[in-house]
Amino acid sequence: MSLFEAKNVTKQFGSFTALDNVSISVPEQCIYGLLGPNGAGKTTLIRIINQITGPDSGELFLNEKKLMPEDVMTIGYLPEERGLYRKMKVGEEALYFAQLKGLSKSEAMKRLKYWFKKLDMVDWWNKKVEELSKGMQQKVQFITTILHEPKLIIFDEPFTGFDPVNANTIKNEILFLRERGATIIFSTHNMASVEELCDNITLINKGKTILEGRVDEIRNKWAGSEYELVFLGDVKLRENGHFKVLSQTFENGKSSIRLVAVSKLSTNEILNDAMNSGKIISFNPALPSMNEIFIRVVESRN
Amino acid sequence: MNKVSVIIKREYLTRVRKKSFLIMTILAPLLMASLIVVMPLMMVSGSKDHKKIAVIEEGSNIFKNVIPNTKDEDFVYLTDVNKNDLLKTFDADGYYGILYIVPEAINAPVLFSKNQPAIGLIEHISSSLEKEIEKKKLQEYNIENLDSILKQIRTNVNLKTNIVDESGGTTQTSTGISMALAYIGGFLMYMLVFMFGAQVMRGVIEEKVSRVVEVVVSSVKPIQLMMGKIIGVALVGLTQFMIWVILTMGAVAILKTTVLKKTDMTEITQNMTQSIMTENQTPAPASATQANAMSPEMQEFSRLFDNAMNQNWPLIILSFIFYFITGYLLYASVFAAIGSAVDNETETQQFMLPVTIPIILGLVVAMGTMQNPESPLAFWFSLIPFTSPIVMMARIPFGVPAWQLIVSMSLMVVTFLVFVWMAAKVYRTGILMYGKKASWKEIWKWLRYSG
Repeated sequence: MSLFEAKNVTKQFGSFTALDNVSISVPEQCIYGLLGPNGAGKTTLIRIINQITGPDSGELFLNEKKLMPEDVMTIGYLPEERGLYRKMKVGEEALYFAQLKGLSKSEAMKRLKYWFKKLDMVDWWNKKVEELSKGMQQKVQFITTILHEPKLIIFDEPFTGFDPVNANTIKNEILFLRERGATIIFSTHNMASVEELCDNITLINKGKTILEGRVDEIRNKWAGSEYELVFLGDVKLRENGHFKVLSQTFENGKSSIRLVAVSKLSTNEILNDAMNSGKIISFNPALPSMNEIFIRVVESRN
Repeated sequence: MNKVSVIIKREYLTRVRKKSFLIMTILAPLLMASLIVVMPLMMVSGSKDHKKIAVIEEGSNIFKNVIPNTKDEDFVYLTDVNKNDLLKTFDADGYYGILYIVPEAINAPVLFSKNQPAIGLIEHISSSLEKEIEKKKLQEYNIENLDSILKQIRTNVNLKTNIVDESGGTTQTSTGISMALAYIGGFLMYMLVFMFGAQVMRGVIEEKVSRVVEVVVSSVKPIQLMMGKIIGVALVGLTQFMIWVILTMGAVAILKTTVLKKTDMTEITQNMTQSIMTENQTPAPASATQANAMSPEMQEFSRLFDNAMNQNWPLIILSFIFYFITGYLLYASVFAAIGSAVDNETETQQFMLPVTIPIILGLVVAMGTMQNPESPLAFWFSLIPFTSPIVMMARIPFGVPAWQLIVSMSLMVVTFLVFVWMAAKVYRTGILMYGKKASWKEIWKWLRYSG
């Protein structure tokens, strides 16, 4: 069952088409990657989901019911370009955003205390926002995004501005939120985090969907012509008509070589060539990284 | 609707808690109060710097003791002094200046002084000399009992104005009071609309620049955010205004009992009485004898006070509130739209001019209105919604026909509704647009975007 669904969404700004017949279906309790190069239309789609702007045509469903204005209460949104009122005190500001999401003051207070304690921010309550570092401000904003316990949370580049320790804290919180039943739409350019976190993805380019599905299925589908060969010792493999070398590394007395076969039938030829080059430890089909898939798919479309 | 009140509360509290709000709120009434108290004080008791003026008449003494002393100036008639000698020493001798009269050129006396003399002094001297010359000329006709005839002729005209209402009843009014009220009403309207309208704009820009706006509009509709801000700032304005009124009244009362008491009111009164008596050498007309118990300036004051009370205060106050709210809403929504269209405050300039022109035009016309409240110019500009809040406030103290008021107010309501609606459309698109240099053409396009 999908928690959120967009069907045939189109949005134009004047003569510019930001979204052209885009559909996505986000299963419940999954982390859904929304990928695409800059200016692809991701932010427009996110704004439509948040009902900041409306689509020109197309339909949106939450829990299989038409998306209604009051549904903003069950959606949490952390925009990429984020900011807080700089002159306000941290606690007051967090309370303000919680109240805008419909929480009562006392309920918001209770939950804020829990989160400030959990993320080790209790001392910040009476500080002004402008006194905090950028990473600290991001943490405040993260809390304001999830405080009303939304069913659907949209994170746009949630890790920028965090040091590795805090990025890890936030990552664990995101996984924890999913465990507790939240569904997450996750927009990013960081493909390593996509592989790590996302169950499903949609790749948008120039306002159109060009790739979608489960991450593991996509990677398997794009695999097949790529292999990883490991030799004992420092071995250099020369390219020939059967394969192309993608990368070669030598580490701990082993050489790892990634190569791509020219055709499905050439694996035996590759092994023949390899056997003559040195001692083989392993030969496996390699799953392409999301990064590679991203680049290849987008470039083939341009 | 509950969310709008959350926004209003934040907009209101953050502004009211600012130090600048506190400082403005305290300083403004102090300045106002000192103006109200110190200005008349200076006018009445400014005689600390008493001037002595030497009068030298070449070869005759027709004008001896003709020029009466005033509260600020004493005229000393010198007979045995050479003008050229005194010119070198008059400053050191303690004279402010020398009035030099030559009988051959009786209508062209000369006043020598170190500084440019005040206009009041010049008028005092001229009119005293003119009166004396006229008297002398009349005497040449050898009329019997000239003095008593002259006394009989001299009349003081004190024109009182009365406004007639529909039922034929009359109310005594004062053009001076009406002008003062017109000036205060028009100028205050201009200041409040402009000041708080610009505050709305700065607030919108702050939200856009700090990127808060995207989070906020994912929780509330852009129009809710815009209206929350506009209403919040309006409440700040009303709060400040109310505090000003109360503090000004308090400060005036305190200053009256402290500063004014010390400078001895009776002395001031005497000075004034003297100067009034000497200026109008003849006693007041017989009809005024019953009021003789009151000193003249108290009489004048109570008359002005009565006239001020005769103004239609409920109408003035209610119209002020009406025009402030509608005028502010009209301009604040335009300011909000401008704020949403730009990326920083310097970019606002190209949009500010077309907005500022009608406000300033309104103020200029309002000032002209005081000279002629029923001119076609005043009439039209008090109906046109962009200028009507200011111009109408300047017209009301002089009396405005009910139908004009109704037309002006209806136009105002229609216009502000249209403008709030248009501003909301521009605002909705503008707040999410970054990096694009906004132009009028671009804004026109935003106006026509759907959803």
